[in-house]
Amino acid sequence: MTELVEMNMIQALNNALDIHMHRESNAIIMGEDIGGFGGVFRVTEGLQQKYGPDRVFDTPLAETGIVGSAIGMALAGLQPIVEIQFADFVFPAFDQIVSEAAKYRYRSGGQYSIKMVIRMPYGGGIRGGHYHSQSPEAYFAHTPGLRVVIPSGPYQAKGLLLAALNCPDPVIFLEPKKIYRSLKAHVPEAYYAIPLEKATVVREGRDTTLVAYGAMMEVAREAVLLAEGEGYDIELIDLLSILPYDFKTVVTSVEKTGRLVVIQEAPRTCGFAAELLAEVQERAFTRLQAPLQRVTGFDTPFPYTLEDHYLPRVERVLDVLTKTIEY
Amino acid sequence: MPRPSKELMLQMYRKMMEIRQFEEAASELYQRGELPGFLHLYIGEEATAVGVCSNLNDDDYITSTHRGHGHFIAKGGKRDRMMAELFAKTTGYCKGKGGSMHIADVSLGILGANGVVGAGIPMANGAALSAKMQGTKKVAVAFFGDGATNQGVFHESLNLAAVWELPEILVCENNQYGMGTPQREHQKVTDISIRAESYGMPGIRVDGNNIFEVYDATYEAVERARNGGGPTLIDCNTYRFRGHHIGDPGTSYRDRTEVEEWQKRDPIAYLKKVLVEEESVAETDLEAIDQELRDDLEAAIDFARSSPSPRPEDALEDLYAGGIRP
Repeated sequence: MTELVEMNMIQALNNALDIHMHRESNAIIMGEDIGGFGGVFRVTEGLQQKYGPDRVFDTPLAETGIVGSAIGMALAGLQPIVEIQFADFVFPAFDQIVSEAAKYRYRSGGQYSIKMVIRMPYGGGIRGGHYHSQSPEAYFAHTPGLRVVIPSGPYQAKGLLLAALNCPDPVIFLEPKKIYRSLKAHVPEAYYAIPLEKATVVREGRDTTLVAYGAMMEVAREAVLLAEGEGYDIELIDLLSILPYDFKTVVTSVEKTGRLVVIQEAPRTCGFAAELLAEVQERAFTRLQAPLQRVTGFDTPFPYTLEDHYLPRVERVLDVLTKTIEY
Repeated sequence: MPRPSKELMLQMYRKMMEIRQFEEAASELYQRGELPGFLHLYIGEEATAVGVCSNLNDDDYITSTHRGHGHFIAKGGKRDRMMAELFAKTTGYCKGKGGSMHIADVSLGILGANGVVGAGIPMANGAALSAKMQGTKKVAVAFFGDGATNQGVFHESLNLAAVWELPEILVCENNQYGMGTPQREHQKVTDISIRAESYGMPGIRVDGNNIFEVYDATYEAVERARNGGGPTLIDCNTYRFRGHHIGDPGTSYRDRTEVEEWQKRDPIAYLKKVLVEEESVAETDLEAIDQELRDDLEAAIDFARSSPSPRPEDALEDLYAGGIRP
């Protein structure tokens, strides 16, 4: 019987990194201020002391160079685990991620793998303003060859990170920083992995399917409870991976409920919700009883102190759920 | 610096000729409509690839560029599987899925040619760091052109190579043009080796058409790298005899007399002259080498031509580990 320990997401991620670094001597952790400082959110705290400065080291401020070097390490037998300080800072490294890491296996005819995880805190909710709040998941989900994984709490964070670290594909691991410390859960102390590309039905229900991922799962859970108070029975799905992603679980659910609402905090146009709605209408068209709906951020830059309006709030979600069910 | 032995000079001659013949054949095949895709010829720059790679072992690493055929052959790549890759056949190095600009071979440490200018430089950092951490004594070479030195990634990579004291050699193939833009219009300082000092590494400029200069500079840099002395930046001053790519005659932005002047400095003709005049090699012996390599190339072309093309469904393979398809 494995011991359960109460952890927040920071502790769960730190624990997963610790387990992996202990098991895999080729694994290294690199990024800006992740050594002595322990990372701006302290996810790597204590790891440099434990594994030494050769395996856990600070880099210059140079995202392209960091990710490009990490790709070279993966090509030559190391396993780099990269921290990008905020997801908003990843764009200088976009070329290395989408043109190099994502395509290496394919363009080399299967000769090379990029076994690499790029972790980054993403999303709003901490008054970070334009460049410390964005949700860039759709850019990466548009890139075949990458995996994009987004945990929704401490338990998911540890299990998914350990699965990502064992995966021979490049993984973009987006950490919802709003719930880094606010959520606590009982997490197994020992190793466990949650399968990638597999969604979880968090709650079964009849009236509509509600899909979310990352920090929006908190909003979704709250909306489900409030809807329950009004007599609605919602089926809630946590997507966990958005590339490759588990459309089967979503389609199966919608075939039962006939309705779908998706929440994302990223801007609306071309967001991941749009992809999900398109796929579901194509596969479950004859079963649909209401227009497929999404609750999203605005089609604007991230609006600093107006973030409470920009981010999908529980009231907005509840409103869309009600309209969908009553349609 | 010991002068390369006659044997090594003859090896270098063979490699340079292998490249020259491959490129001339590829040019013809392309113009006859047999090759798909783009084609960036290395003709004129052979001394750089061969002078550098003659100092490397099979398990050392290189990253290459869009103009990468020369690097690939110099590092030991075989012309039959290479030609098959250009023909987009399943027997090619990348199963016909990479093409001219993305040839890679894991067994020779060739991390890949690259269609994005400058993108291969940081990967050489990573390979070098890997070698350093694992104590293998391997080195990594990044090839890039003068155009790439204007990219931010050049700066980031050199800084990282220096600060991590990597066993790496950064080789600028300074062929005077970023595609159709003359170097004097795209950067003020045309000697790239000067930049080395600002990163805290040694830099040297050599005549990239003189294989002895390239060989010697690389020899020193590789020795230093293998013995923990860190990276070196080498600027090889050279010229491409043809246009940027096969569809570019290379004459609209270059003066014809300039091209002719450089063609008088043909790196293969130069080595040939040294072999004949200073090493007493008979011209007929060199012609015999040329003929042997031509026969070998004909066989490589036949191999490529007669190899099977990928099936349409192969487009969905090699995306994720474990055969996961979209």
